[in-house]
Amino acid sequence: MNWIEILTKTLEHIYLSFIPLLFACLIAIPLGIFLANHESLSNKFIGLVSAIQTIPSLALLGFMVPFFGIGTLPAMIALTLYSIFPVLQNTYTGIRDVDESLIEIGYGMGMTRKQILWMVQIPMGRNVIMAGVRMAAVHTLGIATIATYIGAGGLGDLIVRGIGMIDPVIIASGAVPTALLAIIVNRLLISLEYKLTPKRLRIIQKNNKKSGGFK
Amino acid sequence: MKNTAAVEFVNISKVFESRYAIKHLNLTLPKEKITTIVGPSGCGKSTALKMINKLIVPDEGNIFIDGQDIGLMDSVNLRRNIGYVIQQIGLFPLMTIEENISIVPRLKGAKKEDIKDRVTELLNLIGLDPEQYRYRYPSEISGGQQQRIGVARALCADPTIILMDEPFSALDPISRVQLQDELISLQKKLKKTIIFVTHDMDEALKISDQMVLLKDGELVQSSHPIDLLRQPKNEFVREFIGDRYFQDSFIQHMYSMHDYEGAKR
Repeated sequence: MNWIEILTKTLEHIYLSFIPLLFACLIAIPLGIFLANHESLSNKFIGLVSAIQTIPSLALLGFMVPFFGIGTLPAMIALTLYSIFPVLQNTYTGIRDVDESLIEIGYGMGMTRKQILWMVQIPMGRNVIMAGVRMAAVHTLGIATIATYIGAGGLGDLIVRGIGMIDPVIIASGAVPTALLAIIVNRLLISLEYKLTPKRLRIIQKNNKKSGGFK
Repeated sequence: MKNTAAVEFVNISKVFESRYAIKHLNLTLPKEKITTIVGPSGCGKSTALKMINKLIVPDEGNIFIDGQDIGLMDSVNLRRNIGYVIQQIGLFPLMTIEENISIVPRLKGAKKEDIKDRVTELLNLIGLDPEQYRYRYPSEISGGQQQRIGVARALCADPTIILMDEPFSALDPISRVQLQDELISLQKKLKKTIIFVTHDMDEALKISDQMVLLKDGELVQSSHPIDLLRQPKNEFVREFIGDRYFQDSFIQHMYSMHDYEGAKR
């Protein structure tokens, strides 16, 4: 087994997944917030974006080729499109589900629209938004293995080569790091969320979970 | 003569879904008193309240606070100078008690030191130990304590007017009575103009200096609660308030609760 190659492919894979995830967040989070505050647009828009999600990932990558050629860039565009939906959906839900009475009291006390957003909606929706980001991260890491078919590199190269050679060890040398990456990234994002929560609040939330109550 | 009106509604109307929520309402609410607004569900009492801080804008008419037309005022500024308490309590779960109480001064950009002192003062005022409660979160305290914090928050920026929308109705009967007593003594101490919406007649008759009864968005009667019981304007008043309150024994009880002569002066 070629450890150097596994490491190089892993780094490629991280790059190939991380950039689309970043762009997806930059697009989907502001868009989700906007839609949550503009109900009339939201249904159509979210329907449209969810339609992208129904295109099989292999086909979506294939569609990129006539427009953007092969290589890393078209793969990243496809992965970005793919990651937008979970982040958008969760941002929308997270912001929409903030208790109406908190919004009312916020306005009633003289918050501006912006202050409602930053002091009430975003902090309260953050957990749900972060869950969407985690979901998108795990999906993107997995789907990025298929991007090898349009010459994007990454751990998919090893998997496809292993399939070609009918060699389970080589397949595993691509598959195991992919799975590990997904697990690690998920853990990292969870601990980021944890760090963002004040200590006292963490204890309260934990106790609430234990007693089965959610106040 | 000194102007004793805190809030005046002049010919206010509001239509929701082609039905009058408020119909040609003319109303004067006195300064430094507790005024309750009562009436059957859908009579427009909450709507009227929310017009005072411009959460709802009337279709017609003007509202004056201290003689100033609020239609011409910036709503954000206006709201920061009016206290607001709601039934659902509306404490922000991710903010500590201190952060919750101090929201309005923080929105106004007050200094950190001043805020801390003010929170200490207010927690003392509502009878909660500042050092013990300051850094707690709303979910750690009881419903009654949460609503005390809600009242403290409304007082924090020292507004002259405080709007309360059924603030105690979700509490258990014991806390409710306690909070009513505390509100009365707080008002005597601080001399705030309190405008209070409720559907609980015991509560309204107990805490009011003036009671406003609305029906279908129109004013039925506006008077001291004792006058309301002694001289109900029509059969609806009697029916709505409840017959048992019109018995002599209850009216005597009302005299013992209220400084009726004082209110006339």
